Amino acid sequence: MIGYIVQRLLYAVVTFWFLSIVVFVIIQLPPGDFLTSYVARLEQEGDIIDEAEIEALKREYGLDATPVEKYVRWFGRFLQGEMGRSFEWNQPVGKLLRERLPYTVLLSLITLFFTYIVAVPIGIYVATRQYGFSDYLFSVLGFAGLATPNFMLALILMFLFFKYLGISVGGLFSSEYALAPWSLGKIWDLFTHLWVPIIVIGTAGTAGIIRVMRGTLLDELGKQYVITARAKGVAEGKLLFRYPVRLAINPIVSTVGWQLPGIVSGETIVAIVLSLPTTGPLLFMALINQDMFLAGSIVMFLGILTLIGTFLSDILLIVVDPRIRFEGKT
Amino acid sequence: MTTDVTTGVSSGIEMREAGITAEERYFLASQWQLMWRKFKRHRLAVVSVTLLGILYVFAITYQFWVPYGRLTKHEDYLSASPSRIHLFDTEGRFRGPFVYKLDGEIDFNTFTRVYTEDTSQIHRIRFFQKGESYRFWGLFPMDIHFFLPEEGGVVFLFGTDSLGRDLFSRTLAGAQVSLSVGLVGVMISFVLGCLLGGISGYFGGATDMLIQRIIEFVIIVPTIPLWMALSAAVPAGWSPVKIYFSITIILSIIGWAGLARVVRGKLLEMRESDFVIAAKVAGSTDMQIIVEHLLPGFMSYLIVHLTLAIPNMILGETALSFLGLGIRAPAVSWGTLLKDAQNVRSVAVQPWMLIPGLLVIVTVLLFNFIGDGLRDAADPYK
Repeated sequence: MIGYIVQRLLYAVVTFWFLSIVVFVIIQLPPGDFLTSYVARLEQEGDIIDEAEIEALKREYGLDATPVEKYVRWFGRFLQGEMGRSFEWNQPVGKLLRERLPYTVLLSLITLFFTYIVAVPIGIYVATRQYGFSDYLFSVLGFAGLATPNFMLALILMFLFFKYLGISVGGLFSSEYALAPWSLGKIWDLFTHLWVPIIVIGTAGTAGIIRVMRGTLLDELGKQYVITARAKGVAEGKLLFRYPVRLAINPIVSTVGWQLPGIVSGETIVAIVLSLPTTGPLLFMALINQDMFLAGSIVMFLGILTLIGTFLSDILLIVVDPRIRFEGKT
Repeated sequence: MTTDVTTGVSSGIEMREAGITAEERYFLASQWQLMWRKFKRHRLAVVSVTLLGILYVFAITYQFWVPYGRLTKHEDYLSASPSRIHLFDTEGRFRGPFVYKLDGEIDFNTFTRVYTEDTSQIHRIRFFQKGESYRFWGLFPMDIHFFLPEEGGVVFLFGTDSLGRDLFSRTLAGAQVSLSVGLVGVMISFVLGCLLGGISGYFGGATDMLIQRIIEFVIIVPTIPLWMALSAAVPAGWSPVKIYFSITIILSIIGWAGLARVVRGKLLEMRESDFVIAAKVAGSTDMQIIVEHLLPGFMSYLIVHLTLAIPNMILGETALSFLGLGIRAPAVSWGTLLKDAQNVRSVAVQPWMLIPGLLVIVTVLLFNFIGDGLRDAADPYK
C-alpha cells in the first residue's frame, strides 16, 4: 500500500515536471520577447529608453541566456513562489492569482460535487427502469448534454433569462456586493449566482456519469447472484442497494479525479462567457495581450489543480478497492 | 448474396454456392461482414450515417448550394431575420416558392432595424440560376447557384449578420472547416496514437514507462486552457490555410493520448498470445508483427474510438474559434460565426445567430450515434 502511494507520488512529480516544461514552452512561444513589447509600449506612451537601460533589463530578466538556462531560472523562481510580473495589470502574477484562483477551485469542487449528487441517483433510477419512459428521456437529455458546447448552453440560458425574466445572469456577485467585504449577505449572494455556472459546467459530466452508472448497474443486475437473491425473496430495495449499487458505484467514485480536468476546462470557457471572477477570463485576456507570464502561470496552476485532484482520487482508490490495498501481501 | 460470402473466404476453399445455408453464411462471414450486419440493424446509426453523409456532401460542394458568397455584404439588409418562404400569395393563389420584398426601417425607440414584408411585390425563387461567380473548389470558374430569388429580391434562409452577410451561405461555408477539422485532426491523432501506443505496448520497459507518463500528463491537463495558450501563439499574419492546419495540429496534440492508451492496453493483452509467438518463431520482424498481426486484431476498437473522438475535435475547434483564438476571419467556421453571438444583447436581438451552434450540436449527436452503433457492432459478445 505504501509502495502504491510512493509510486503515485513519483508519477505526480514526473507529471508536474512535464507540465512545467509545457508551460515554459507556452511562455516562450509568442514571437519576440516581452521586453520588446514592453519597450515598444513605453515608447508609444512617449517615454524614451536608452540602450543601456534595455541591456540592464535584459540581463536582469536573463533574456540572453540559452533556453535551458532560462527554463532552470524560471522554474527555480516558480518553485519559490515568484512567478514574474504581469505587464498588463502591472502587478505580480502571484497577487492576481490569489484573487482569482480560490473562485476557480470553489466552483470546480462544487460542480464536481453537484455532478455526482445528481448523476448517481438518476443513473440508479434509470437502470431500474430500462427502456421505460424515464430511461429514454434521460438518454435523450444525456446525448444532448454531451453534444452541446457548454459556452453555447451558457448563451442559451442567458438569452432565456434575459428574454423571459428580464434578468441578466452572469458574474458571481450582484453589483452591490462585488467589492464589499465578506459578510453573510455576500455569501448568500454568491450562492444565488453560483447555480447557473454549476449547471452549465456540470451538464456534460453529469450526462457522462449517468450513462456509465446505468451501464454498470445494468450489468450487475443481470448477474446470477441478483437472480438468486430475488428467488430467495429479498426485498427489491434491499436487493438493489446491498450489492449491485455498491459494485456499480465503485468505478465511478474511484475515477472522480478524471472528471476534474473536464470541469476545469469547461469552467475556463464558461467563465469567459458568463464573466465570472475566476481564472478563465484572466487567462483569456492575458493570451490576447500576450501577457505570457500570467497566462503560463494560470495554465500551470490549473494543471496543478487537476494533478492534485487525480492524485487524491488515486489514493481514494485504496480506500474503496481492496485489491489495491492488499496488493503484494498475498 | 452467396457471392460476397465466397469472396470473404480464402480463395483456396471451393464451395458449392447453392448448398450454403444462412447459418453457414454466418459462420463463414469475415469479421468485417459480421460487423456490417450488426451495424445495419442499428437503425439510429444507419440514419445518422446517411444524414452525416448528406451534410458532408453539402459542405464539400457548398458553393453551388448557397445563393451568395460568404463575404458578400447586403448593406440594405443588416441583421435581417430569416426570410419567410411563401407558396401562396395574399389572394391565396399558388405562386411557387417566393419571398416578398423586404422594407427596412429604423425603429427609433430601440435603434434597431425592423424589416417588414411588402406584399405587393413578389420575388419568385428560381432554381439553377446564374448569380455571383465563384471558383468551384478554387479551380473551375462557375456562376450557377442552386436557388436564387428573381432580380431585385433577396433570400436569407438563416437571416443576416450585423454586416449584412447571409448567414445561410456563411454557415455552409463554415461547415467545410468545422466538419473537416474533426477528420483531419483524428487522422493525425490516429497516426500519433498508434505509433506511440504501439511502441509503448510492444516494447514495454523504460520506453513504456516514459510514454505512459506522457499520456497521463496529456489526459490530466485541462484541455481548453492548454488549447487556448497554444493557439494564441499562432501568428496572426499567417494565411488561413496555415492557421487551419496549426489549429488542427493543436487539437490533435491532446486527442492522441486516449487512443494511445487503448492501443497499448490491447497490445499488452495480445503480445503474449500464441499467434504472436508463432510469428516470432517463424522469423517475422517486430514491425511485421505489429502491422500484420496485431493492428488488424483491434482495428474495430480503433475505429469506434476514432468515431467518438471526432466530436471532441469539432467541439474544440468551435470553442477556440468562438473565443477568437482558432480559425480567424476572413475564413469562416461554425465557431467564428458563433463569435458574433458572444453576448446576451446580440443574441436577444438576433437569435438566429445561434443557428451554426445548432448545427454543431446536430453534427456531434450524429457522430455519437454512429459511434454507439459501431461499438455495438464491434462487440463480439452482443
